Amino acid sequence: MNLMEHMGIEPGRLQFSWISSAESTKFVDVVKTVTASVKALGPNTNYKKQAVKVA
Amino acid sequence: MSGYQNKIKEAANRLLTEGSVDMVIGFRKGTLPMMNEPCFIRRPEDVHQLVWDSNCGINLANYLTDRKEKIAIVAKGCDSRNIVTHIIENKIKREKLHIIGVPCQGMVDKRKIISLFGEEILDVTENGDDLKIKFRGCEKSLKKNDVLQENCATCIHRNPVLFDELVGELVTEQTGVDRYADVNRVEALSSQEKWQYFEDLLSPCVRCYACRNACPLCYCPTCFVDESRPQWVGKSQDPVDIRTFHFLRAYHCAGRCTDCGACERACPVGIKVRQFTSKLNKDSFEMFGWEAGMTLDQRPPLDTYKPNDPNDFIK
Repeated sequence: MNLMEHMGIEPGRLQFSWISSAESTKFVDVVKTVTASVKALGPNTNYKKQAVKVA
Repeated sequence: MSGYQNKIKEAANRLLTEGSVDMVIGFRKGTLPMMNEPCFIRRPEDVHQLVWDSNCGINLANYLTDRKEKIAIVAKGCDSRNIVTHIIENKIKREKLHIIGVPCQGMVDKRKIISLFGEEILDVTENGDDLKIKFRGCEKSLKKNDVLQENCATCIHRNPVLFDELVGELVTEQTGVDRYADVNRVEALSSQEKWQYFEDLLSPCVRCYACRNACPLCYCPTCFVDESRPQWVGKSQDPVDIRTFHFLRAYHCAGRCTDCGACERACPVGIKVRQFTSKLNKDSFEMFGWEAGMTLDQRPPLDTYKPNDPNDFIK
C-alpha cells in the first residue's frame, strides 16, 4: 500500500479492512466510509487506458 | 583492483585444477569499452580470460538459479547478499558453492562517463581511483568517485557477507550516506506530482524486460508478464500497462532487493529502475529493520509472522 501511494494513488482510494463474518455492523460502517472517501476523490482517470492508436 | 584480478585467476586456476568445482563464474572483457560480460570458465586453460575492474556491475548471482554442478563464483558485496537470498529461497545449495569474495570499491556508471564526452570512447583503463579515457587521438582522465553508479555511491555493504575466501583486505564501509534521498524527494510530492513523476520516468520504456532478466530475484520459470492464461497484465505499450509491469515487478522484489543496481545498469534507455525498489527497501528497513541477504539464519519478514508486525493500514 505504501508503494501504491508512493506512485501516486491518492491516500484513501486504496483501503484494507479485516471484518469477521459476525461483524455485520462493522461491515456496513466500513462500506460507508470507503464509498464516501472514494466519492470525495472522484473517478480515477489515471488508470484509464487511452484509445488504441490505429495507423 | 589489478591485485584482485590476479587473486581471482589464482583461485580459479587452483579450484579447477584440483577439481573441487566444475566451473567458475566470473567476468571477462566485453567487446565494448566499460562492458565486462559474465563468463563461465570450465577449464584451467581458460582462466586467463577472467578480469576484474570497475565495470563488473552485473550481478552474478543471477546465473546460479537451480544449478546442479559445483560452482565457484566471484562475488562483490551485493552479489554475496543475493547468493544468501538464493540459498534462503532454495534456489541453490550452500554446499554447491565456493564463493570468492571481492571487497568492492564501487562500480562506475558507463552512462555517466559517456554523457560527459561527446566523442566515442575507445578504451578505459584504471589505476586506483584514476580512470583514463582514451578517444581517437587524445586521452582524458577522471576520478572514479565522480562517476560511480548511484547505488554504489550510497552503498553501505561493500564487503561480501558470505565467502569461502577473499581476494583482498576488507574495505572500510561508507558511513553517513543518505541511501534514500531519491525516495524522500518523491515522498514529499503530492499524489498528482508523484503520478506525473513516474509517468515521465517510464515514458521511454519499451518493455524489453532487460531489467527483469538482469535481476537475480527474477527467476520464475514463467514471469507474470509472459503468462497469457490467465493474463495478469496488459501486454501493450500503454502507459498504464508499462506502469503496472514495473510496479508489480517491484512488489515481487519486496524485502529481497539488495539494491545491486543490475536493473538500472541493464536498461537500454536509462530508466532509473531503482526508484521502484528503493521505496520498498526503505519500507522493509523502517518497518521490519530488514536488509535483504545479510544472514542465512533469519527468515525474511515477508515469509514469517510476528504479532508485532506493523498493521496500521488495516482499518
